Order: sequence, then C-alpha cells, then structure tokens
Amino acid sequence: MAYSDKVIDHYNNPRNMGSFEKTEDNVGTGIVGAPECGDVMKLQLKINDAGVIEEAKFKTFGCGSAIASSSLATEWVKGKTIEEALQIKNTDIVQELNLPPVKIHCSVLAEDAIKGAINDYKTKKGQKENVQA
Amino acid sequence: MDRSIYLDNHATTKLDPRVLDAMIPYFTENYGNASSRNHSYGWKAEEGVDQARTDVAALIKADPKEIVFTSGMTESDNLAIKGIAEMYREKGNHLIAVETDIRSLLDPLHSLERHGFTLTIIPVDSKGRVDPGKVREAIRPETILVCMMAVNHEIGTIQPLEEIGRITREKGVLLHVNASYAAGVMPIDVNRMNIDLLSMNAHLIYGPKGVGALYVRRKNPRVRLTAQIDGGGHERGLRSGTLNTPGIVGMGMACRILRENWDQEIRFLRGLRDKLENGILEELDYVSINGDVENRSPAVSNLSFAFVEGEALLMGLKEIALSSGSACTSSTLEPSYVLRALGVGTDLAHSSIRFSVGRFNTEEEIAYSVRRVKEAVNRLRDMSPLYEMAKEGIDLKTVQWNSH
Repeated sequence: MAYSDKVIDHYNNPRNMGSFEKTEDNVGTGIVGAPECGDVMKLQLKINDAGVIEEAKFKTFGCGSAIASSSLATEWVKGKTIEEALQIKNTDIVQELNLPPVKIHCSVLAEDAIKGAINDYKTKKGQKENVQA
Repeated sequence: MDRSIYLDNHATTKLDPRVLDAMIPYFTENYGNASSRNHSYGWKAEEGVDQARTDVAALIKADPKEIVFTSGMTESDNLAIKGIAEMYREKGNHLIAVETDIRSLLDPLHSLERHGFTLTIIPVDSKGRVDPGKVREAIRPETILVCMMAVNHEIGTIQPLEEIGRITREKGVLLHVNASYAAGVMPIDVNRMNIDLLSMNAHLIYGPKGVGALYVRRKNPRVRLTAQIDGGGHERGLRSGTLNTPGIVGMGMACRILRENWDQEIRFLRGLRDKLENGILEELDYVSINGDVENRSPAVSNLSFAFVEGEALLMGLKEIALSSGSACTSSTLEPSYVLRALGVGTDLAHSSIRFSVGRFNTEEEIAYSVRRVKEAVNRLRDMSPLYEMAKEGIDLKTVQWNSH
C-alpha cells in the first residue's frame, strides 16, 4: 500500500512520542483499541487549571496510519481548550493525512483517544473535587 | 546498500539469467507453434517443449508423459480439483483439504461446495503439521480427493506426505499436492510418496511467470481428468491452447538447474535463512518462530515480533522487500488465516513477518537485514504502549481493551 507523504513524515518523525506519569493529577490518559485488532493507541494530555491542553504525548501499536493519526492528534490538541479538542473529528484527520478507506478506523481511534484522555482527566478532577467537598 | 534487498522469494523469484538465455531463441528464432507439424519452425518448438517436459518430470521423478503445461499454480490446482471432481463425480462427492492450504487449493474446493460437493477441512497442529491419522479419519466411502500443500506458503511447514500418501493409496483416494513452494527446496518422488496429481509454478523456482505444470499419474492408478479449457486439444486434451514455448522452455531450464546443483543450493539457502533467523533471535527478545523448525523449508523464516505491528515494521524496512503474512491477503486488515490456524494469537499474527531467501541473496544482505530489523523493531517498541505495559509487568491478556 502506498502511504501519503504526510503519513510517512509522521511515521519517520513522530511528534510528541512518549509518556507522562499516569498518576499525575493534571494528566488524562486515553487507551483505545486492542492488540487483537492490530491497533492500540495511548494518548496523554497535560491540562492546566484553565482547561487548556498544555502538552500531549502518544504511544501507538499499529500500522503507519495509526501512528500518524495519533502523532497528528497530539499536534492538534496542544494549546486547545478541552472543549475545542473535543471538536476534532476523525474526518479532519482522514483529510489531513489522505487516509484510504481501509485506514479510516485509525482516525476513529485517534478521535476516541482524545475523548478518552479528556474523560479520564475529568474523572480524576471530579473525584478530587468530591474528596475536597 | 544502494538497492533494495529482496527477501520475498515466496512471492516470486528473480529469473535466473541462464533461464532467460534458454528462452530467448524461442522468442527470436524458434518462434513456431509447437503444434505445427509441417515445418521446421514447429518441430524446433516441439523439441524445446519435449526437453522441458523431460526436465520438469525428472525433478519430481515422474514420466514426461505425465506432465501437462499450464499457466501456473492456480490453473494447475483448478484443473486438478475441478477436473477430478467432474470425472469422479459418480464415485463420490467428498473432498478433503487442510486448513492452512493456499487459496488456489481452497477456493476451487469451496466453489465445488456450491455444486453439490462436500468438503472436510483438516486442522493442523501448532506447528502447521497435519496428523496423518486425521486424514485417515476424514476419509469416507464417498471421498474422491485429498489436497494439500507440500510446503506451506507462509510458514514453510513440510507435511508428512509419505505417510499421508500411504493412507490415500490404501483407501483408494486420490492425492493432489501443491508443490509450488516445495519444488526448489525438498526432494519429491511422486511414486515413493504416492502422489497422484501435483502442481508446480515456474516463477517460484527462478523461472518465468505465467507458466506452470500439473503432474497427472498415468498408471497405478491411471488418473483421469475432465479438461477445464476446451479447444484444440493440446496437452493430450487436458489443456487446450497454443503452448507458451518460451515459458515452458524456461521452466524446463529452471528445473534442470535445480537438479544439477541440488545439494549445494539447499545448503546455501539453509545457511542464509539460519544466519538471518539466528541473528534476529540473538539481537531481540520477544520474537517467536511460526512453523515447524524440525520440518521446514530451508528458505523460509516466519517470525512474530511481539508489541510491534507487522505493516508498520515493513514500513520501517522499506529498503528490504518482505511480506507480512500472505501477499494475497495483505490488502485486507485480517491477520493471516494460516497463523490463526496454528493457534497463534491474533495479536502475534498482526506482528508477523515472512522472510524468504533465494538463490540470489548474499551473506552481506542478510547481515545488513539483521541489523535493520533490530533497529526498526526497537524503534517501534519504544513507540509501543504494549511494550511499555509489558515492561511494567502488566499481563496484556488481563487488560480490558475498548476495542471497536
């Protein structure tokens, strides 16, 4: 299969690859996919008290398109508020990376990973607030 | 390395220059139709075909009269299976094949299922071997044909053909063997192995694409087939169509070269494959061999690199030509059915790469490939959340995944 130049670029030069400590209060972690399906994405967001995503990191087990989708997602969410990040649609990723139809699920995973990480952050915050209350 | 390294010799092989030299005169000078009986052009072409028929037959210890030239393995398998089914339909309608067989065997059989035949698919063990006892159990009074591959296309496992051949002969059932991946790497004797039909391909043994052969036993028992292509009655009526003389001559030469250099070539292939496989196993952990190391083609190594996805790994090794599972299925997202039949987990099936070495590979290429595989796997493992979890001591099998 021929990959687009953008997919190849993200594969060769992944942006923000790595991990944060999962236990940090201001880090939300989203893990989506399954090894049996050939894709697992881990997306982590460091979010400040104003609800702005300051940093993002990913690790991905999957094909080049899955790696590129998650790498792109980390670039796009940085500097956005939670609400803005939730607006990112998988179709935007498909368009940006020129993903072929068989690779659309990679973009869906990336969108789900963003949502998963934000949910995790919100849950952590909520629990903390509950404890404080 | 200034050019790509070709380690995909189970997809196809490079044409041997000696084969090309043998073929050229049949394009440029001896271009007659091998069926033309009235002039020297036809006679020359026929001589070339006769010599090739002798050389192909000699490789599998058959009689030249038992060789039918076709367009390749797929046609040979179709002719054998559909031709037998049609001819022996009165005798029975039951067919047997093996779970890991290639699609040119399985698909014609499935097609016959839609026309009133029944099919039993025999499972394999974790190394891809068929238990001959299972073949015996599967045979019924209405069974007419057992099909299987001598050497598997993805993992290189060699089936116990002699034992199976004894069973099919004893039971009076015909045995069709796909030897496309075996012809260049294991000695075949159709009589000793009781093989009744056998398909071969030229392009997997350094011959040209578009030509193959079907061996059809002439005595003890005499195997009869219904032709699937009708026309001028070429190849004793079994395969009509003007003979592809240059291709056939090329296939004959490919077989002759194999026979003349047999021991040396097998040693060479095994040396390269072992150097590659051992090198990778020494450099990396969490690598497993798929297939049967005791009964395996010397040219193949199918490896699973845990925590790394196969397609991503191929992308990181773009200067090395390799396959992730079978080339026929790599356009889909399904992991290899061959590996799943072995009980390899779907996760490890996604992580598998087939390395197949050939006559034109060099030691230097193998050493380079080992280095590059190590780099690419380590790079992707750094990027893999699964590797990170495994290193933290998490058992991935106990994780609740949110899959789609």
